[in-house]
Amino acid sequence: MLSDNAAQYWKANLRLLAICLVIWFIVSYGCGILLVEPLNAIKLGGYKLGFWFAQQGSIYVFILLIFFYAMSMGALDRKYGFDEE
Amino acid sequence: MSNLQMWTYVIVGLSFALYFGIAIWARAGSTGEFYVAGGGIHPIANGMATGADWMSAASFIGMAGLIAFNGYGASVFLMGWTGGYVLLAMLLAPYLRKFGKFTVPEFIGDRFYSNTARIVGVVCLILASITYVIGQMKGIGVTFGRFLETSYETGLIVGMAIVFFYAVLGGMKGITYTQIAQYVVLILAYTVPAVFISLNLTGQAFPQIGLGSEMTEASGFGGIYLLDRLDQVVTELGFNEYTTQVMGSKVNMFMYTLSLMIGTAGLPHVIIRFFTVPKVSDARYSAGWALVFIALLYTTAPAVGAMARLNLMSTIQTGEVGSPDGNLVYEDRPQWFKTWEETKLLQFEDKNGDGKIQYYNDKNEEMNAKAEGFGWKGNEMVKVDRDIMVLANPEIANLPNWVIALVAAGGLAAALSTAAGLLLAIASSVSHDLLKGIFTPNISEKAELNASRVAMAGAIALAGYLGFNPPDFAAGTVAIAFGLAASSIFPVLMMGIFSKRMNSAGAIAGMLAGIAVTMLYVFQHKGIFFVPGTSFLGGMEPNWFLGISPNAFGSVGAIVNFAVAFAVARVTAPPPEHIQALVEDIRVPRGAGQATGH
Repeated sequence: MLSDNAAQYWKANLRLLAICLVIWFIVSYGCGILLVEPLNAIKLGGYKLGFWFAQQGSIYVFILLIFFYAMSMGALDRKYGFDEE
Repeated sequence: MSNLQMWTYVIVGLSFALYFGIAIWARAGSTGEFYVAGGGIHPIANGMATGADWMSAASFIGMAGLIAFNGYGASVFLMGWTGGYVLLAMLLAPYLRKFGKFTVPEFIGDRFYSNTARIVGVVCLILASITYVIGQMKGIGVTFGRFLETSYETGLIVGMAIVFFYAVLGGMKGITYTQIAQYVVLILAYTVPAVFISLNLTGQAFPQIGLGSEMTEASGFGGIYLLDRLDQVVTELGFNEYTTQVMGSKVNMFMYTLSLMIGTAGLPHVIIRFFTVPKVSDARYSAGWALVFIALLYTTAPAVGAMARLNLMSTIQTGEVGSPDGNLVYEDRPQWFKTWEETKLLQFEDKNGDGKIQYYNDKNEEMNAKAEGFGWKGNEMVKVDRDIMVLANPEIANLPNWVIALVAAGGLAAALSTAAGLLLAIASSVSHDLLKGIFTPNISEKAELNASRVAMAGAIALAGYLGFNPPDFAAGTVAIAFGLAASSIFPVLMMGIFSKRMNSAGAIAGMLAGIAVTMLYVFQHKGIFFVPGTSFLGGMEPNWFLGISPNAFGSVGAIVNFAVAFAVARVTAPPPEHIQALVEDIRVPRGAGQATGH
């Protein structure tokens, strides 16, 4: 059955996932939709900040998130000895 | 032949020659090559192919137009169609790659130890993919018709012949390498005009920066931010303020974005692309690369949309609103205006007989009162089809003919690459899931390969037929494609990976409940199978549940799917031991061999 090692690896993965998905939610649903009015009071050049998050910023953060996740998972794979030979 | 036509033939011809060349070079010799390109595609190359696969005629032609006329409200498409890749990279792609089979229904069937589940999966996949492919065929016919001045039918036949050639011959291998070439063509075609227009209006080469910059002195509005100017122009004519107009309500935007995100992550033709990379870790990175290549277009689109809207408005409203010569004289209209009038996608009607064009929002009472004072008798731009924005943009900005020709090649590349990916998903589920998996398990590899080619040809013929006779409901079916992917495929895959306790009864009940709720909602508002007059609640917004539009309802279907599945799984027997071991196995990357069909 499930080894302790694998169980811990899966737990660490879920923790990382939770962090990433919270950020994913905040930049899109949070800054881009729910909090768009207050953020729009702030300007980023000619962009209203909420508008910028909805049409530009969230996409940039999505990219960074995926690469951050891929790298962190690579580190976890090696730490727990599940990396591919 | 005009100069523009010559350029179009040259550029479109060269791009097609390239696709043919690649098809001959990358023939598929085995089922592994046909279904997953032998599992040897580099993650960056796969990311690029995924970008072309994902970005369809709708992204290329349609999205900037949606943004131009919905402003901030169109953010749901931008976030929805990109945020899904985060879910794909973290929740599905690496685990399905580890599972290491050829198709999405195959995972569903194995994980839930049930041929019923597999067949339900096949049905969802085929329904979602077919509805999606009709739009691509239409895009091919329209683009040909507009730029090469052939008939819609000729364009469609040429398009079918090309897809037939490289998809049937090369399978996933041929499609992948062709898609990489198509990505390059389509991204050049999208960004080159955008850079020119951004330079024109703001002096910034990057459209992403230009959109947030001040306008140039030459424009006459030096020192004013482009978005502020746009807000001013549209509100003066009674339209909603560009940067704040919402789509429906905030609740609707929230649910719409969620539907598109989980729909994106659940679309089978995108998921199977991640079966082609060598390793599990490659699948994670590849999703990131895919989003990089997609973002190049998706972060440019808001600039294209806003700038096209501004150019359009200021072409017509040349001076102050209400001043005697503030409006364009119809006889002096530019050439592009005439070209698009011929296609009927742009229509003018001189309601007050003054020979000038008034374009304003006559649904706005306050504006109507003002307009009456100016002697205006209603909005005279009776039709401005939003799909012409990207195609007309280079002409509006007076760009050279080769740029316009490049846009034609780009639109075709976008439509062809997506069509090929969808057709492969359909063909593999027929030949691999239905034939090999369920009806004739003893079929030889060679026979299966031939069967998949026949299935592919059949799928092309069906898509072509539907392209010639587009069902009236073609536009509405997009809601079904995303609704199905969001309410059935995504939840079942996610539960298969993240819940060891999920069993076949729960999965099947969840899928059926999710689909049923979504379909019922779409049908009751848009007509049963989109037949007009059968929508018993009407399309009216007051009848929308919590103000959620039918297109945004897939997220509710997904929630129902999860809830029903967990409830049923609680009261039925847990999955057998070997299935729980399978789930434990796909959760760790080590030991991912090549994808196989056995």
